[in-house]
Amino acid sequence: MSIEVRIPTILRSYTGGAKVVEGAGDTLADLLTDLDSRHAGLKARLVTEAGALHRFVNVYVNDEDVRFLGALDAKLNDGDSVTILPAVAGGAFGFAAAAAISQHRAAAAAISQHRAAAATVASHAAGLRAAAR
Amino acid sequence: MLSIDRSIIDAIVAHARRDHPDEACGVVAGPVGADTPTRHIPMENAARSMTFYEFDSMEQLRVWREMDDRDEEPVVIYHSHTATEAYPSRTDISFAGEPGAHYLLVSTRESDTEEIRSFRIVDGVVTEEPVRIVDAAVDPHAVQSYMFGQSPATVDYECSGR
Repeated sequence: MSIEVRIPTILRSYTGGAKVVEGAGDTLADLLTDLDSRHAGLKARLVTEAGALHRFVNVYVNDEDVRFLGALDAKLNDGDSVTILPAVAGGAFGFAAAAAISQHRAAAAAISQHRAAAATVASHAAGLRAAAR
Repeated sequence: MLSIDRSIIDAIVAHARRDHPDEACGVVAGPVGADTPTRHIPMENAARSMTFYEFDSMEQLRVWREMDDRDEEPVVIYHSHTATEAYPSRTDISFAGEPGAHYLLVSTRESDTEEIRSFRIVDGVVTEEPVRIVDAAVDPHAVQSYMFGQSPATVDYECSGR
């Protein structure tokens, strides 16, 4: 099984300057793990510590943006072509606000995680207060 | 230094004015390795925002493939700030993913003048560079004689020293 992967200029330091590399995997996540075994560090530039596709890159399978194909769970077939491009974005406003405006899923996930964390802290604090009494 | 044809700068400014107060964005492609912007490609701001811009991912794929087919690269990536100065924001810096590109910013906050500045953004480090606007109508190799009342063929916008 072989999948052609097109690498943008900014990530070619991980591929020895190569513009196109080959990899294998049933899903995008598998493919990135496979690529990382030969091009160490590449995956960390594409996937966040939380395990989501990074906001700063666009990844396409053939002609589709993987964000519409299940992101890292996007299914891959032999002969598929994967293209990675740097997302082009920016603007006058701060990053947090920009992320909120763009309504990116990652931002929504981060906010819900933050809320869950805040709820945990609040219940923990309530527990401590109860214990103190 | 960014050297760019006046007709392209005029087209970029017109695009920024047209989309004001939303931010406008686009690319100027040029032959790989030549560092010369030749083909202006206005892009859709998918965010349609006064404070944020984002290329539409599908339009970007199409345009980037087209550049590849023509042996071109994005020489200039531009966008407008519509209420603030033409200087990269923290958002601009965190997204800057084309180390070889000139990041051109146009501020349209004043209705009668534009602020046009260019930057290199590599690994989060911003370096401003001068913008030289070239009049293509004038053959640069021709011997030029200046007479009273004649305007120069090029205008150098020096860095503001920031």
